[in-house]
Amino acid sequence: MSEHKKIDEATGVETVGHEWDGIEELNNPLPRWWLWSFYASIVFAIGYVIVYPAIPMAHKASDGVWKWSSRGALAAEVAGAEKARASTLAAIGATPIDQLPGKPELMQAAVAGGRAAFRVNCVQCHGAGAAGSVPGGARGYPNLNDDDWLWGGDLRTIETTITHGIRFPGDDQTRQSLMPSFGRDGILPPEQVDDVASYVLSLSGREKAGAAAGRGAAVFSANCAVCHGADAKGGRQVGAPNLADAIWLYGGKHEDVVASVTNAHAGVMPAWGHRLDPVTIKMLAAYVHSLGGGEKFAPAAQPLAQESTPAGPAAAAAR
Amino acid sequence: MRNPEPMQGHQQNWYEKRRGVFPRQIDGTFRRLKWAIMAVTLTIYYATPWLRWDRGPYAPDQAVLVDLAHRRFYMFAIEIWPQEFYFVAGLLIMAGIGLFLVTSAVGRAWCGYACPQTVWTDLFQHVDRFIDGDRNAQIRLQNAPWTVAKAGRRALKWSIYLAISFWTGGAWIMYFADAPTLVREFWSGEAAPVAYASVAVLTATTFALGGFLREQVCIYMCPWPRIQTAMLDEKSLIVTYKDWRGEPRASVKAAQKQQAGSFGDCIDCNQCVAVCPTGIDIREGPQIGCITCALCIDACDRVMRQVGRPRGLIDYATLEDAAREKAGAAPTPHRKLIWHPRTLVYFAIWAAIGCALMFALGTRRHIDLAVQKDRNPPFMVLSDGTVRNAWTLKLKNMEGRPRSMTVTLDGLPGAAMWTDTMGREDAARSVAVTVDADAIRPLRVYVAAAAGTHEQSFAFRLEAKDAEGGGDRVKARFDAPEGEGESE
Repeated sequence: MSEHKKIDEATGVETVGHEWDGIEELNNPLPRWWLWSFYASIVFAIGYVIVYPAIPMAHKASDGVWKWSSRGALAAEVAGAEKARASTLAAIGATPIDQLPGKPELMQAAVAGGRAAFRVNCVQCHGAGAAGSVPGGARGYPNLNDDDWLWGGDLRTIETTITHGIRFPGDDQTRQSLMPSFGRDGILPPEQVDDVASYVLSLSGREKAGAAAGRGAAVFSANCAVCHGADAKGGRQVGAPNLADAIWLYGGKHEDVVASVTNAHAGVMPAWGHRLDPVTIKMLAAYVHSLGGGEKFAPAAQPLAQESTPAGPAAAAAR
Repeated sequence: MRNPEPMQGHQQNWYEKRRGVFPRQIDGTFRRLKWAIMAVTLTIYYATPWLRWDRGPYAPDQAVLVDLAHRRFYMFAIEIWPQEFYFVAGLLIMAGIGLFLVTSAVGRAWCGYACPQTVWTDLFQHVDRFIDGDRNAQIRLQNAPWTVAKAGRRALKWSIYLAISFWTGGAWIMYFADAPTLVREFWSGEAAPVAYASVAVLTATTFALGGFLREQVCIYMCPWPRIQTAMLDEKSLIVTYKDWRGEPRASVKAAQKQQAGSFGDCIDCNQCVAVCPTGIDIREGPQIGCITCALCIDACDRVMRQVGRPRGLIDYATLEDAAREKAGAAPTPHRKLIWHPRTLVYFAIWAAIGCALMFALGTRRHIDLAVQKDRNPPFMVLSDGTVRNAWTLKLKNMEGRPRSMTVTLDGLPGAAMWTDTMGREDAARSVAVTVDADAIRPLRVYVAAAAGTHEQSFAFRLEAKDAEGGGDRVKARFDAPEGEGESE
């Protein structure tokens, strides 16, 4: 038998007996445990194919005994996250919105939850930064970062606005008001519309107060002051905008104002109470309130508001 | 391919059972060095997590702690935050170049003395000797049939393996949490699942790699011997059998019967093979299985002493020096062989990185301000016409105590700022805040400037309001509507 053994002279190692143009292969045996680990990986692979989706079928891979799927894994993770969030959501739900600022941790969670809900439900109109209409784009979507509020900017008011919407047909308690189309309906002749535009623009210094503005003042007090107020600072009961400030929802140029008086706008926001649960709406209100323009609670709720100012008891005591 | 002679009748072995290695106990210079290094390395490994280091009330008092949960790495007086991970990267690069340095100076000294695989294998081989006796007794027991006595001995030995392995795995997790607390939690079942999993995995790997696979790890699994093989050159110290002196081999008696000078110094006693922890024969020349632990030098020196021949038949030598010695010159002392250009270059790189790290560590600021502007919307016109921009400021306090700081507007005349926890009515040029110990405090600020303010640069200035002081200044850009355009 030994005459069949071929030994390489240089190394003293047996060759496998094959030869390629004079090149031979040494036989340095692999360790036995390596072989066993190879068998073990084969066994593992068989187990893997049985347990996980692996075998290609006509339409999709086999399900595997564990029925694992990436969608299932995602659903499980989402369910886990929801379970982890449940207690916080329940706490937010159980806290009246007036008392939310008094609980900074809940408030923080509400703002974070509101941010997520805003990204899904609100950005289509208000924009990702909640800055409302973009210059040059469609007008009439309010900027939620600023300190100008048509219907009020404290937490409770924002919550009501989101829940019932603005001029939304399907909700009894929706914010409701309607400005007449003074020009189109012939209530005011075009020159008076022009005058009243000059007047309101003079209030914020956008136009010099001249003769047209003087004439417009009379027109304003007769036709507009009932909603917008004698000082033109607006009326939140009816969502009448402040006309004496620097913020113009439908444009602040003379022709823009003329257009608004001629053909009145009546912006609509859906009532989200029909679509979203109260906790989400509460969180949305907290987020919108946190954007930098949120107002404190109205004086009527003074005792409560003091207790729940964001600065906490120290600020209340200092007052 | 041509296959002229099919291997008829000869069964070739493609796989090979592990040949048992039963190294004999030896004493000598290098064995003592190995003992010392084993004691030092194991002590460092097991004891370090128990060292305490007072960092005040706001930080853990464990000297070396990788606090993954709080994203902090503590090492004595040094505390590293995740964004400073380049320090750790630098240390790892130093460790890598340090290995190159050691390799170019003294060959595979890492493999022979300090590698955990070597140290733990050595430890386990001592357990073998303690339970089963020295080499011959071990071989006898290995070849003996399975009896109750043998099974008992094996069970005892493996239990000791397991205990050492468990202790090894257990010590590892102590680096990642407060050690005394973790020990208590571990035994009361309150520790995190990852702690138990880590101990289980490390116990299993230590048990398998140290207790059974041993030299197989060095020869088949570890990439380092192969890299080192490429890094060794003719100036590297390697364990060398001086064949010009040893060959041809003959026993003392056989040599005496022949005429003087016809045989070399090697008496073919095989002691160098018997003591080798990887089971190789160094007399076959340099090879990948040699971890240069130098135990064969100890063994050969002892034999040479016994037969009255000079020591150093097997000794550390460079290929270059071996050639000189073969030609008849006296061997160069080892300490002179260590320093050659490659060693010096590695040392220079290693030291340069070390100095750079020390410099960076010494000059890093413990207070820092980062500003992030709201980009959507970039600016905001308020109802009174003022222009408002918003930022999220991040105030970093790396000190182990809370600090009072102020953030002030630098530039932007007439502007005022307020935070989201105060009203606009309290707006001012600067805001005072307290930043917790060892923390980053995010602060949302609104900066408003009068109507007609143009887009311009300014800066936020951070100042610490305590005795130590210090601060930071970060430039920012204030956005405003362009010209007299309408605002919506």
